[in-house]
Amino acid sequence: MAGSADVPLEIAAAMVTAPTPMEDWLVVSPVIICLVAAGLMMMLRKSIRWHAPLAVLALALVVAGNGALLWRVMETGAVVMTMGRWLPPFGITFAADILGVLFALTAAIAVLFGAVFARSDISNTELRYGFYPFLMMMTAGVSGAFLTGDIFNLYVWFEVMLISSFGLIVLGSRHDQLDGTLRYAFLNLIATTVFLVTTGYLYGVFGTLNMADIARKTESLRGNAPLLTLALLFFFAFLMKAAAFPLNFWLPASYHTPRAVVSALFAGLLTKVGIYALLRSGFTLFPFELQTFAGGIAMVSALTMLLGALGALAQNDVRKTMAYVLINGIGVMLMGVALGQALGLAATVFYVLHSMLAMTAIYLLAGVMHRRMGTPRLSEAGGLYEASPLFTAIGFILVLSVSGLPPFSGLWPKVMLVKAGLDVGAFWLVAVLLLSAFIVTIALGRLFLLAFWRSAPAGSAMTSEPERGEKSAILAIAGLTVPLVVFGLYPEPIVHVALNAAEWLINPRNYIEAVFPVPGTVEGL
Amino acid sequence: METLLAILVGIYMCAAVYLMLSKHVVRLLLGVALLSNGVNLLIFTAGRLTPDTAAFVPLGASAPDGAVANALPQALILTAIVIGFSFFAFLLVLTYRAYQDLGTDNSDDMELAEPRAETPPMGY
Repeated sequence: MAGSADVPLEIAAAMVTAPTPMEDWLVVSPVIICLVAAGLMMMLRKSIRWHAPLAVLALALVVAGNGALLWRVMETGAVVMTMGRWLPPFGITFAADILGVLFALTAAIAVLFGAVFARSDISNTELRYGFYPFLMMMTAGVSGAFLTGDIFNLYVWFEVMLISSFGLIVLGSRHDQLDGTLRYAFLNLIATTVFLVTTGYLYGVFGTLNMADIARKTESLRGNAPLLTLALLFFFAFLMKAAAFPLNFWLPASYHTPRAVVSALFAGLLTKVGIYALLRSGFTLFPFELQTFAGGIAMVSALTMLLGALGALAQNDVRKTMAYVLINGIGVMLMGVALGQALGLAATVFYVLHSMLAMTAIYLLAGVMHRRMGTPRLSEAGGLYEASPLFTAIGFILVLSVSGLPPFSGLWPKVMLVKAGLDVGAFWLVAVLLLSAFIVTIALGRLFLLAFWRSAPAGSAMTSEPERGEKSAILAIAGLTVPLVVFGLYPEPIVHVALNAAEWLINPRNYIEAVFPVPGTVEGL
Repeated sequence: METLLAILVGIYMCAAVYLMLSKHVVRLLLGVALLSNGVNLLIFTAGRLTPDTAAFVPLGASAPDGAVANALPQALILTAIVIGFSFFAFLLVLTYRAYQDLGTDNSDDMELAEPRAETPPMGY
C-alpha cells in the first residue's frame, strides 16, 4: 500500500476534493449530537437539574435527524460519508442504508421515552453519578454501530456502547447488582474480544477493514482463504452479544438487577445491536458462508425460541420472566436469518423494530409494577387493577403485543415468518415458532392474571397513591405503546419499508455500489 | 518471525482461557487482561511485520521515500490498548468493590442475582 515517490500522484483518485454536502452530515448527526450532549452534561455535572431537559432535547434532535435520514435514504438510496477526506477504502466510512437507519431511528425513539421515564426512576445521587451522560454515550454507541461502514469502527462503537452500559448497570451498587454486573461485564467483554480477534484475522486476510471493500473481495478470495472460520467467529461473537442459545446465560443473570429504565433500554437496544451486526456480517460480508451455516442457525433459532419460552414459564420474578421472553424474541429474529429469503428477512427487520419498542415498554411496565407492588415476585403479586385501571389497560396491550397476538404489532412479523417458513418448506421451524409463541402467551397471561387481576394478597406493601414522577412514567410507557397499536392495526408502511430493507440487504452488490459508485452511473461524489 | 509471534499469541490465549475457567474473579480478571494483550499482538502479527521505518512523508514530498512500516495495524492496536486498558480498570474496581461488599471472590458464593430456583405460584 505504501506509495513510492516515482509514481505520479493523482489526488482526486484517493481523496475527496469537493466539500461534503450539508445533507450528508445527517449520517453522522445521531452520533455527534449524542456525544456533544454527553460532553455538555459532564461539564454541567454539578447542576443536575439541567441533565433531563438537555437529554430529552438532544434525543428529540437525534430522532429528527434519523427521521430526515430515513426519508433521504428512501428517496435517493444509501447515503455514504467518508471521514478525513480519504476515499473508501482508506478513510473510515459511514454508510447509512435503510436497515441501519430504521434501527437507529427506532432505537432513538426508545431512548427518548426512556429518558422521560428516568425522571421517575433515577434518584438525585444517581444523577450526580452521571446517569444521563452514560445514557447519551450508550445511544451514541448504538447509533454508531447501526450507521458505520467500517468493521473496526463497528468494534469501537460496540465498546463505546459496552463501557457506558457498564456504568449504567452498576448504578445503585446494590449487592445483587454487583453480582449481575460482574456476570454481564465479563461475558460481554469476552464476546467483543472474540469480535476483535476476528477483525484482526480479517485484516490479515483481506488487508482492508471497509465493509464494502471486504464484500467485493470475498468472491475472489473464497477459494484460498479461511472465510468459513472468519464467518463462524463473527457469528459466535454476535450471537453471544444477542444472547442466543447456548450463549444466553449472562442475560437472565443480570438484566433484572439494575434500575427499571436501565434494564428496559438494555432489553430494547443492546441485543438488537448483536442481531444487526449478524445481519450485516452475514448478508453483506459473507453471504455464501451464511448459507452454509443456515442449518445451524435454524437449530440455534429453534432452541433459543424454546428455551426462552420455557424459561419464561419457570420464573417467579417479573423481570426475569421478561428476560426469557426477550431471549425467545431473539430466536424469532434468528429464524428470519436462517430462512434467508427476502420475506423472512423482512420479518426479522419488522420484529427487531417491534421488539425494540415493545421490550422497552414492557420492562418499564415491570419497573412500575415492582414499585407499586413493593415486590418483584409473582407469588406475592396482585391488586394492580384495583390500584390503577389505566396501567392495567396499557399492561394488557403490552402483554398481547409481546406475545404476538392481534391486533398489535407483534402479530405481523410472525405471520410473515410462518409464510416464509412454509414457502421454504421448513415446517419444523414454523411448528417451533408457533409452539413457543403459545408458551410465551401462557407465561405472560399468567403474569397478567396474577399481578393485575388477582386482588392484593394480605399484608402486601401495595400502594395506590401515585408516586413521584408517576406522570412521566405513564407518558413514557403510553408513548411507546402507541406505535405498537398503530402499526398493529395498519402494518402496511412498516412491511413495505422492511421488505425494501431486506431486498436491499440480500444483494451485497447494492452495498458495494453505494460505497464505490461505478463511474458514470451516479452523479456527484 | 511471524510464526514465532503466532505461537506466542497462542500461548497468551491458552493462559488466558485457563485463567478464565477459574471460579475466582481475580483470576478471571487476569485472564481477561492476558486475553486483550494476546489480541493486540495478534492484530500486530496479522498486519505482517514490515520494515522498521516510520511511515513519515518527507517535507515537501507527497509520498514516503522507500518502503515504510504499515501504520494501520499500529493504529488499530493503539485503539485496542486504550479500550482494553479502560475496561481492565473498570473491571478491577468492580471486582474489588464486589469483594468488599460480598466478602468473597468466589463466583459460586455470589449467587445474589440468581438465587436458588423459586417456582412461580402454581394456582390462582
